[in-house]
Amino acid sequence: MAIKSQKDLLAGLMFGATGLAFALGAREYDMGTSGRMGPGYFPLLLGVILAVLGILITLQAFGSKPQPDGEIGHFAWRPLTFIIGANLMFGVLLGGLPSIGIPAMGLIVAIIGLTFISMLAGKDFCIKRATMLSAILAVGSYFVFVKMLGLTFQVWPWFIGA
Amino acid sequence: MTDLIDHLSLGFSVAFTMQNLLYALLGCLLGTLIGVLPGLGPVTTIAMLLPATYALPPIAALIMLAGIYYGAQYGGSTTAILVNLPGEASSVVTALDGYAMAKKGRAGPALAAAGIGSFFAGSVGTLVLAAFAVPLTEVAFMFGPAEYFSLMVLGLIGAVVLASGSLLKAIAMIILGLLFGMVGTDVNSGVARFSFDIPELTDGLGFIVIAMGVFGYGEIIQNLAKPEEERALNTKKVSGLMPTKEDFKAMMPAILRGTALGSALGILPGGGALLSSFAAYTLEKKTKLKPGEVPFGQGNIRGVAAPEAANNAGSQTSFIPLLTLGIPPNAVMALMVGAMTIHNIQPGPQVMTSNPELFWGLIASMWIGNLMLVILNLPLVGLWIKLLSVPYRWMFPAIVLFCAVGVYSTNNNTFDIWTTGMFGVVGYLFVKFGCEPAPLLLGLILGPMMEENLRRAMLLSRGDWGVFVTRPLSASLLAVAALLLLIVLSPSIKKKREEAFVED
Repeated sequence: MAIKSQKDLLAGLMFGATGLAFALGAREYDMGTSGRMGPGYFPLLLGVILAVLGILITLQAFGSKPQPDGEIGHFAWRPLTFIIGANLMFGVLLGGLPSIGIPAMGLIVAIIGLTFISMLAGKDFCIKRATMLSAILAVGSYFVFVKMLGLTFQVWPWFIGA
Repeated sequence: MTDLIDHLSLGFSVAFTMQNLLYALLGCLLGTLIGVLPGLGPVTTIAMLLPATYALPPIAALIMLAGIYYGAQYGGSTTAILVNLPGEASSVVTALDGYAMAKKGRAGPALAAAGIGSFFAGSVGTLVLAAFAVPLTEVAFMFGPAEYFSLMVLGLIGAVVLASGSLLKAIAMIILGLLFGMVGTDVNSGVARFSFDIPELTDGLGFIVIAMGVFGYGEIIQNLAKPEEERALNTKKVSGLMPTKEDFKAMMPAILRGTALGSALGILPGGGALLSSFAAYTLEKKTKLKPGEVPFGQGNIRGVAAPEAANNAGSQTSFIPLLTLGIPPNAVMALMVGAMTIHNIQPGPQVMTSNPELFWGLIASMWIGNLMLVILNLPLVGLWIKLLSVPYRWMFPAIVLFCAVGVYSTNNNTFDIWTTGMFGVVGYLFVKFGCEPAPLLLGLILGPMMEENLRRAMLLSRGDWGVFVTRPLSASLLAVAALLLLIVLSPSIKKKREEAFVED
């Protein structure tokens, strides 16, 4: 049988696997009875329902007529990598990773890092533009988030001091 | 009636302080500023700006959030009209005739129609909200755990019915949201569920984390993946803002119809803005065209005014289930629940009695927010258009930054940043697999509430599942939910529903 919708097939598999995982995980906890539900009861119920829905969606994906918008298309690896990467880099620079000994660099450095990496997600990266934008964002964020809204951030790298 | 006036005057006395007016204004301004950016709907906008309200006192914070919400919605309509990029499902309809008008150089009247329609509908919606809040709270006290559970089922079904695309996938997204809501410490037994021994996970998955990851990052990645032309902007000069006399004549009845429809549909759990705007547009299309009137889809002003009015009236009255029952009817309201909890307010019927200043102050400031939008946005239209002409490549790093800062400052913890990154990937997968993410967020917020009420109901009935159908109120709620499902599944409606969503 042919695949009618790649989207439905993958979505069904995703839901099925997630439901199964939650259901199996829920079995680790006390079930209780229907009158006195333990912590495992409701998650198990939901997990089973999700797994069943996943199977139904997967089955729906098969059929002779391919759906016009059922194609999954190609993945936007570049934006995906650099946007998520920028987010992670922001975290690492802002707070450091004490477990592997990376010190915190603070907000300003984190903003510069985030701007440069996220701009790589676009098609035409240009150092000059990235430098300019990161400067604007760093100064703007310092005033808006730290001075105006009073959010607590470590602003400068560890060696400059609080 | 005198009660209503008393309540409203109490509300206005709270809202009309310099400080609160300022926060309402700031909220509207920021909301529009972010909401006008293509691809950023109200959910993302509120999630992004939520941290900005942490430091404020609770009343001011909620007033500012309400302002952000209206601003974001109005900003979304502006983008829909000017660039044909609806930021959220409910402004899809606005884009149909609004963009057609803009192409003919009539963007000004279209924007004015949206603004005037929204303001009128918002005012009526606020009155409806104020009038119905008290009687509905009394209904709320008749609700036991079984009724709450059934009402949440109804709300979730309502949300599913409106999601575009596959019904099964939408239900699956809700269940997935409910399951994500299970992560963390179980209140009854103290067991940390699905936390993998990570201390941060015992507090549960934050809704900000999921909202930012799935809505914020997911959308940016999707936008960047589109070719440049699809984001092309229509920033031709907007000349002549005011509608003509004929425009006014055509749009006033449309606004009235839209308002009535929106106010009624907004109260339904799961209903709200989206259903209202679609229904209002369909209704307008059914009415006869006057001789010489532009057909729908080619720039009829009624096609902008009616759905915008309905949309705003609906989003106003959708506060009713939240404020009286504590149950969020849609993803935006789910975020409002989160905001209230952060400020130690448990939404529900008790807010009105225990905290009347907050309750009525919030309602009054909703009206003020609507007024500010009109005053603010009609003159500022030119500015928003300028903002839209800033290329996306300048814009998105700033959006990524706002998301990251927002997530971090919720708990001042980098762990949230890692989880947001993960949900960003998940969010992109949702887009790729054709799964609409809004029901997920609703499920996430309702998950713990549903479990709690299910447990209580079953404890009281000694384990008898029949309790949900033997109690009349609960049974009728479930019956409505079943009816809704049946209607959507019936072949003729199914076809219509698919057609309605094909238009976008």
